[in-house]
Amino acid sequence: MIATIPMTDKAQTAPASAEMDEVFEPQLPGRPDIITVRDFNFFYSKKQALNGITLDIPERQVTAFIGPSGCGKTTLLRNFNRMNELIDGVSHTGDIKLAGRSIWDPSVEVIALRRLVGMVFQKSNPFAKSIYENVVYSLRIAGVRQRAELDETVERSLRGAALWDEVKDRLHESALGLSGGQMQRLCIARAIANRPKVLLMDEPCSALDPIATMRIEELINELKKDFTIVIVTHNMQQATRCSDFCGFFYLGNLVEFDRTQKIFTSPREKRTEDYVTGRFG
Amino acid sequence: MDNPISHAGDFFGDNSPESTKILGRSLLDRALTALCIALSFLALVPLGSILYLVVKNGWPLLDWSVFTQLPPAAGMTGGGFGNAVVGTLAMVGLALAISAPPAVLAAVYICEYHPKSRLSDAVRFTAKLLTGVPSIICGVFAFAAVVLATGKFSALAGAVALAVLMLPTILLTSEQALLGVQKAYREASYGLGATRFQTIFRVVLPDAMPAIMTGIMLAVARAAGETAPLVFTALFSQFWMGSFMEPTASLSVLIYNFSTMPFEHQVKMAWTASLVLVLLVTATNVTAQLVFSKRHV
Repeated sequence: MIATIPMTDKAQTAPASAEMDEVFEPQLPGRPDIITVRDFNFFYSKKQALNGITLDIPERQVTAFIGPSGCGKTTLLRNFNRMNELIDGVSHTGDIKLAGRSIWDPSVEVIALRRLVGMVFQKSNPFAKSIYENVVYSLRIAGVRQRAELDETVERSLRGAALWDEVKDRLHESALGLSGGQMQRLCIARAIANRPKVLLMDEPCSALDPIATMRIEELINELKKDFTIVIVTHNMQQATRCSDFCGFFYLGNLVEFDRTQKIFTSPREKRTEDYVTGRFG
Repeated sequence: MDNPISHAGDFFGDNSPESTKILGRSLLDRALTALCIALSFLALVPLGSILYLVVKNGWPLLDWSVFTQLPPAAGMTGGGFGNAVVGTLAMVGLALAISAPPAVLAAVYICEYHPKSRLSDAVRFTAKLLTGVPSIICGVFAFAAVVLATGKFSALAGAVALAVLMLPTILLTSEQALLGVQKAYREASYGLGATRFQTIFRVVLPDAMPAIMTGIMLAVARAAGETAPLVFTALFSQFWMGSFMEPTASLSVLIYNFSTMPFEHQVKMAWTASLVLVLLVTATNVTAQLVFSKRHV
């Protein structure tokens, strides 16, 4: 039996007064934080990759992580669905909570967590299967056999990923025949077929041309109606275009976390300003 | 010089010492390319001549009757070697059934589950050691393990000998095949909430299957041609195969027996049997490649 994490509705418990908003910036009324990270340290063997990260990710918003290569932003992202555990010798201290429950709580099955927290990778990685089978993979592994449910999921997910019109006549052809941009949208469709709560995107556009990138960014704006999105990007313009909140990482530290607009117009930290204005990195 | 392009000679420094060196490098490059091509053709010579001899000498007697008739007695003409074809297919098939599942699953273990464990190191080391064991030793093993235990020569003993021979090849090629599967596929599967078992059986193994099949076909091709492990396990038989528990004919032992006989017809038949063996191995190889490379989609 797979344990599921109950999605507690924090909006009911958290007072949404103006006063609280002042204190708990960047929290918005009716937009509770879905992921909370507290004093989180992360180690690859003995090398520390993240130092005491504390931040809150608001629900149904786009949160971008920016920073130079090796700063720990992808490492943090890959902790949200415990993908880092596939690497030998990793360890952590501190905690990450999803909807109020620690993701390392013994009652949390990692496979259930990964169904709630979907992931789109830097390099699109569709399976060497048909487009249809790629999308329904998460249903297949959950044992769903009803044709109608599978068909419905394929259409819903491909429409959600703005890919349906391009592939509806060749659902049973190999996914490897798609273009780079289409493959990445297929990976998004595959991730949302699960109906996750959170969608992690690790530099989803870094291998795409500007037009394909634009389509993914439009898609991100659509998807945030239904999903909380956390995106790692090297592209500063991308962060300003499609994120609501933004965290700047440097050498394993979270230097600053705020509304994207604030990070890019009036950051508190000098280092953030230097980075977003292109003075280093 | 009135043509402005003639300045190009100066521009490229055609007469400078540097240009002589570049010319030398470029000539060496061409010479080495030519050498590689020449050596590739040289490698084809023995392969080509064997194939030519087998086809030339085996072709005259090749007709349907060799598959339907039993071997002629010494000095007699006519007949065929249908029982040897059946025996080879049955023994190689049984050997494959015995060796392939544990070999592939062991490869899955040492590659996917605990690649750095002592057990995995031991399996890898043993498999590499076994690939170097002479095939006749596999025959000795099967003789002791099956023939002495059951008290008779049998197709089963032959199959066990061939299975021991095939196991390390399949295991090591399967491991390479699994290592060749992109990490991105595994991550995608885990990221969607798949368990390790689901990831292996739905994504990793299907993707590695063509390469695993190549390894299996190499093992089959080698086993089908082996004589030494069969001569004192399956022995030979003049009759059709009735069960796995009786001495059984095989193409390789038939070729060995007939080619040393002083009768012209038997020697010719050995050539024909060689041709049939080559064709059988090629046919299974091509079929397997076709079936398993289309599996993907």
